[in-house]
This record gives sequence, structure tokens and C-alpha cells, in this order.
Amino acid sequence: MHIGIDVGGTNTDAVLMDDTRTLAAVKHATTPDVTTGIVQAIGDLRAGHHFDGSEITAVMIGTTHFINALVQAKRLAPTAALRLGLPATQALPPLVDWPAELVEAISARSYLAHGGYEFDGRPISPLDPEELRAHAADMRANGIRSVAISSVFSPVNHDLEVEAARIVAEELGPDVAISLSHEIGRIGLLERENATIINAALRELASEIVDGLTAAVRKQGIEAPIFLSQNDGTLMDEEYVRLYPVATFASGPTNSMRGAAMTSGLDTCAVVDIGGTTSDVGLLINGFPRETSNEVKVAGIRTNFRMPDVLSIGIGGGSIVNLETAEVGPESVGYRLMTEALVFGGSTLTATDVAVAAGRADIGDASKVAHLDPEFVERVLSRIADRVAEAVDRMRTSPEPIPVVAVGGGSVLLSDELPLFGSVHRPENFAVANAIGASIAQVGGEIDKVYAIEPGRREAAIAEVRAEAVDKAIAAGASPGSVSIVDFDEIPIPYLPGNATRIRVKAVGDLDMAVVR
Amino acid sequence: MSWTITPDLIPGLARGAAVLGTGGGGDPYIGGLLAAQALRQHGDVTVVPLRDVPDDAVVLTVAMMGAPTVMVEKLPSLDEVVAPVHALEASLGRAVTHIACAEVGGVNSTIPIAAAAALGLPLIDGDGMGRAFPELQMVLPTLYGINASPLAFSDEKGNVGVLNTIDNSWTERIARVACVEMGCSVMISGFAMSGSQAREALVGDSLSLCSEIGEGIAAAREAKADPVADTVRLLGGREFFAGKVVDVQRATTTGFARGRARVEGADTTLELLFQNEHLVAEVDGNPVVTTPDLIIVLEHDSGEPITTEGLRYGQRVRVIAAPSDERWHSAQALAMVGPGYFGYDTPSHRFDGSVDAVEPSDEAAA
Repeated sequence: MHIGIDVGGTNTDAVLMDDTRTLAAVKHATTPDVTTGIVQAIGDLRAGHHFDGSEITAVMIGTTHFINALVQAKRLAPTAALRLGLPATQALPPLVDWPAELVEAISARSYLAHGGYEFDGRPISPLDPEELRAHAADMRANGIRSVAISSVFSPVNHDLEVEAARIVAEELGPDVAISLSHEIGRIGLLERENATIINAALRELASEIVDGLTAAVRKQGIEAPIFLSQNDGTLMDEEYVRLYPVATFASGPTNSMRGAAMTSGLDTCAVVDIGGTTSDVGLLINGFPRETSNEVKVAGIRTNFRMPDVLSIGIGGGSIVNLETAEVGPESVGYRLMTEALVFGGSTLTATDVAVAAGRADIGDASKVAHLDPEFVERVLSRIADRVAEAVDRMRTSPEPIPVVAVGGGSVLLSDELPLFGSVHRPENFAVANAIGASIAQVGGEIDKVYAIEPGRREAAIAEVRAEAVDKAIAAGASPGSVSIVDFDEIPIPYLPGNATRIRVKAVGDLDMAVVR
Repeated sequence: MSWTITPDLIPGLARGAAVLGTGGGGDPYIGGLLAAQALRQHGDVTVVPLRDVPDDAVVLTVAMMGAPTVMVEKLPSLDEVVAPVHALEASLGRAVTHIACAEVGGVNSTIPIAAAAALGLPLIDGDGMGRAFPELQMVLPTLYGINASPLAFSDEKGNVGVLNTIDNSWTERIARVACVEMGCSVMISGFAMSGSQAREALVGDSLSLCSEIGEGIAAAREAKADPVADTVRLLGGREFFAGKVVDVQRATTTGFARGRARVEGADTTLELLFQNEHLVAEVDGNPVVTTPDLIIVLEHDSGEPITTEGLRYGQRVRVIAAPSDERWHSAQALAMVGPGYFGYDTPSHRFDGSVDAVEPSDEAAA
């Protein structure tokens, strides 16, 4: 048995799973301190289906703690950003496009030093150890407790980042955390560097949270390893979270999508998560969310995190319906649904009222919506179906038909048949899809580099990159026999000679419990 | 009337530049940041209309040459932006009085702003194309016999070269090799012109147009109006297609990102052929607009310009055709930038669908 927990901004969901079977499921309000909520959730699971602590093989947790800390600019460590690349890159130093209040919240210091590589791996300039030691001394003088190191073209060659980290660590000692950009982001210096700085600022909090989660789980007599969900749906262990907290940022939507996939038994599908205000549409390919290829802004900072590509449209249970046009949203009554909707005695016509009038939901007082013209009700529902179908169509990557899975409290709004896509899948336990998503035990490895491919060498080069990704997944804890390539992308780069090509590969496998224990 | 570029105008300018970049010119984000930083550091830049440039002015173009993909990783330093201008001043033996954009499109609209700020020089409200093209010689000044050389180029390490070549195509060939050797992202300056030459050879008001387009898209979105319609009006063009991207194919041949994208409309299919920039648009197999006129792909609702690198399946797009500068339609110009030069076997089709009467001679096209 294993346990999946999703700590959201509002609710903490937990499930007790036997392989892919849900034995118990609970939902709680999230508590301000990590520990209490988790202790409660596990306690309630035990009440629902008794288990012994020793029967639990793993606990998987998805959390929004880290992204919330950044958005609220709270509990962030004093952080330095050190970039290797001089004499290049001077015009745009680290933190150049950051919101002022976040720069202040992390008491940021920014440093430029020599180093870095060209696109083809030639050095821009050699590392200058004395320069790095001087920067480190300044960091110490300014009370820096965490350092982010980035280097030009480090996805092509990361040697200098590693060497600079060694020198800085010598000066600052073991209590100062160091984050390296090549381990965090992909090509695109500013975005990768930003993600690394965010990661650095969260390192102290990460240790605190991991300690809290571990204590809560141990308190329930469970000695099994603890894992956290990453943005792409794969897992990381406690030690990894202490090093790379930023990798948890988008685990919320990812877990809900993965949970929807598992409960519906589909591994390639579109997932529509309908809440109170919006419908979020994402795409699962081979069980993993498709990631956005665009830059993602988090708390006003441009990054290139591995984030699921989610399209939000303004349709939810609380969406206000226009009586004349039958148009739905984007205005919503939001959390006031329980007082403002007609079925709850309010005076605003909402999408929920229409669902009740159509007999699709049994909430509140149905007599309050009996006056609605059935033809109008039908028009509203088909409008919702049309717009959701259009959103799904926008998200899919090929004209091939794809099944659609609906989850979330508002999914009753969606008719059983969608234009273009046919019947809609509605899994059981959709309310705790997040926690179920968190409980899925897979780990992955990703490579993203620019290669100069010699004529006739393409196949061999691709094979090398794929092998590298597989090794990375195994290093992350995957059992070797289970690893497969789930994503492959090859993009030629204009103007560069020698067929310079950017290759992205992701390999994923089942978590090897024997290795982690 | 001269006007002033302040940091808050940069996002609009950069977005407008991406529209006029017709799919090429790279991500305007870095170029925009660079310009905004330079303005904050060195002060605002005065933009002078072409007609106000004095006869005896010494005008140079400034641009980035290389791979936009490299530029997002190896960010520029301001030093290398100004170095080629200083090198040419030494070579020409005269002080430069005005900076101009070689092309208006992508990063090459904003890099000259950074250069002008750092040099403390006024920027001309104009450029060498009125759009973007992939090669250095593809500017109207070439048609007026203005030499690209002496052309200076520099990297961030402090390497500076000055080329003296026999024609503008040779400048492109030699500079391209140096560019790759120097890390595939260099700053160049050249096309030294007097004020009277600049007034004759450049396309006027292009930075104003960038700014108007960019601000217009933002304002239309704010007002819940149609940003695409606003852009069409400003360009004097027409929206000739709307649909969904259903296929994108890319390949790198001879150093350029060539490719094609298929867009499905209600009853017809559009094929976009691109080589960094969009060069040919065919509806149901028939060319409807080609280079040198502008083919611009915008996101259906937001009006956000989409670069050829950013095209992907499922995007809802609207496609605009807009007139290029009239001088691009002469036989000599078409030989340099018409569909034939890029290897497409079709005569040049203007934005309104009419076919250019003048055909480039076979010899010129070869």
C-alpha cells in the first residue's frame, strides 16, 4: 500500500492506494502549518481503512508550498546570483527583469565573472579563481546564505559551473547552499538563471518543509520513504527536494491531470478540470502532461520551467450566464456560489443553476430554476460543450482523435457528448484526482542540448542522447528495465553551420522501491 | 517632429517590430531588454524623422548578425554594440552623427536603440527595408549603390574587424564566416551614408510605425476591440486568411531555417513557405502573396505576432498581407529579394494578389 497526498492552497486531499486501487480517500481544509494537516489526513485514512505503518511502502506528496512562498515573497533566503560569461552578457546582469519587491525579499546580490562557453563548446574565457573568491568574500560580508550559479551555454558544457561551485563553497563553507543552472533549466540564459535563483531562494524553506513533512509522516508510525511530485508528474525523493525545490512548482495541475488519467485508464487523453471559475484543459501524452514550449512567468519572473501546458477558459460552476445571449462567463460569483446562485436562493443565474435545471446535478433547490426555458438550458449547455471542445482542439497536437476526461466539481456542466470528440469520460473519485495523481510512482530524466551533428552521424548522435536520458532516469531511481523514452524533439537551429540541432529527450521509468529503501 | 524613446515605449516597439519582422528576426524580448537597460543607463534616445536629417549628416546602420537562438544564451554586452561604430569612425575619419536601423523587424529594431543610447547619438526614424530579410545586402541602400563596406563587426571579447569589399554580397559572405567563428552572434555597423543619401535610400517612419502597431495591439486588447483589424489598418494591408495551424515542417538548409506551415481555414488551405521570414503564401496551391510584400501571422484573438520558430500545431492564426516599400518591386530589387532568389518558382505577388509586371531576368535571379 502507498499514500498519496496533495496539499493545495485550499484543500488537502489524501488517498490510500493498493497499487492503482483507491482504498480510502479524504478531503480536509489545508492547515497553516504543514504538519497538522498531514497528521490529520493520514489519521483519517487509517480510520477509513485500517493499515499498519509498516504496510506502507511509500508516501507521495504534492505541495504548493514553494510556489506560494515565492508568490507571497515570504520565507525566502538571502540569495546571490553569480553568472559566468564575462566579457559577454554584461548588458543584462542577473535579476535584470525581476520585480523590485522580490529582489528585496531575497536581499539579492548579483555578480558577473569570467567563464562560459560558445554554442559549440569553445570557452568564452577561462575561469578566474581569484575573481570568484573576491565575489564569495563579498557574499559573506552581505549575509548571503544561498548562491545560484549560471554559466553561458552550460546545457552544452557544465564543467565551469561545477568548478565555480567548488571554489565558492571553499570560501563560504558547507552552510551556504549552491544551485547550478544546468541542473535546473534549459537553453535560454536569463530564464534558466531566473529559475536557478528562485531555487536558491527556496533552499532553506525546502529543508524546513521536508523536515516537517517527514516528522508528520513518521509521527503516524510510517517509516517508508517520502517523495514529492515534480512539475512533469515524476517523483523526487526528500534529498532531491532539498536541492531542487523549484521542481515542485506546477505539480498541482500535473497531479490532477495524471490522476484523471489513472482513474480513467487512459494514458493519452485531454483532461478538462472544471472548477468554480475556470476550466483548465491539458493534454496527457503517454501518461505525462505535455509541457509548454513558451516561457512561463511565475510571480512576474520569466522562467523556462518544465510546466504543463494548460489552457484556461472562463467557464466554471460559478460562471454567470447571460439570459439573452446564453453566453457563459467569464464573470463568476466565485466562492459566493452558495448564496448567489438561484438554486441556493440567490438572484444570479449561474452555470450551476443551468446544470440543475437540466437535471445534470442535484444541488440546492431545483424548483428555483424550474422556470428556465428547456430550449434556453439546452443552448447554454451546448455553448459550454462547444467552447470546451474548441479549447481541447486548440491543445491537441495532431488531428488524430483523442479521448476527453472530465474532472473537478464543475464537470457536471459538460454534456456527455462533445463536438469533434464524442463521449466524455468521467472517472470515479474525480474529487481527489490530485492526490491519486501524486500517488503514481514514476521517475524521469531529461536532456536538452545543442548538438553539431556531422553528416551521416544523426542516428548515432540521437542514440547517444537517448542513452544519456535513460541513465539520468535510472540515476533518479527508476528501475532500469522499465525506462522508456516518452518525449523526443529535434529542432534545427538557423544560421549555425554543421547542422546544429537542439535535441530534447525525456526518459521515464517506474520507481525502483528496492533501490530507494 | 522628432520624438523620444523612453524605456516604457520599448515593449510596444518590440512587439511592433515582431509584426514587421514577418516571422523572422528572433525573439524581441532580449533586444527589448537590452534597449530598455541602455536607456536607463545612458538616458533617452531622440528619434529624428528622415526629412530632418541634415545633408552633411554621417549615418551608420547598426544590427546584430547571427543566430537569434545563440543570442538568448550568450547575451550581449553594450560594449560590442558600440565598438563597430567607433571602429568605423576611425576608418572613415569622421564623427558619426546619426544611427539607423538596417532592418525593422525582431531584435534589429531594438539593438540600434541601445547603440544610440550608449553612443549618445540620435536615431533616424527609418530603416533600410521596411521589413526584415535574412541577408546583409538585402537593403534598399544596396539599390542606390551605397556600399555596406567599410563594414565593422565585433564580438563581446573585444575582437573588431573592418571589411573593405568589392560589393555587398561579398560583405555578407565574409562577415557570415567571421560571425560563426566569433560565436555566431556579432554586432555589425556599416552602410555609411550622408544625410541626403539616407533620405533617399531609407524607408521613413518605420520606428513610429513599430510603436503605433505595438501600442495599437495593446490598446485594442484593453478595449476588447480587434487587435488584428487595427494592425491591418496601420499597414494598409488586408487580412487574407484565418485558420488553424495543422502542420509545421522545418529543416536547416544552407544555414537558414527553411520550412513550411499548413493552415486550415473554413473551406481552403493556406501553405506558408518560410526561410527565417515568411516568403510565400499559397492558398489551395496558388500563390496569393510573396516576398517582397509582407506576410504576417498573428495569434487569432490577442493579435500577438508569431515567429516562424514559434509556429506550432493547433494555433489559431490570422494572416495579413501588407505592401512593402514600392522600390522593392523594381526588376533589380526583385532579383535580390524576390521569390526567385530564395528558390521559389513563382513571380512576385503583391499583397492585393496582383502579379508584378517586371520579372527579374534569369541571370539576375541565379
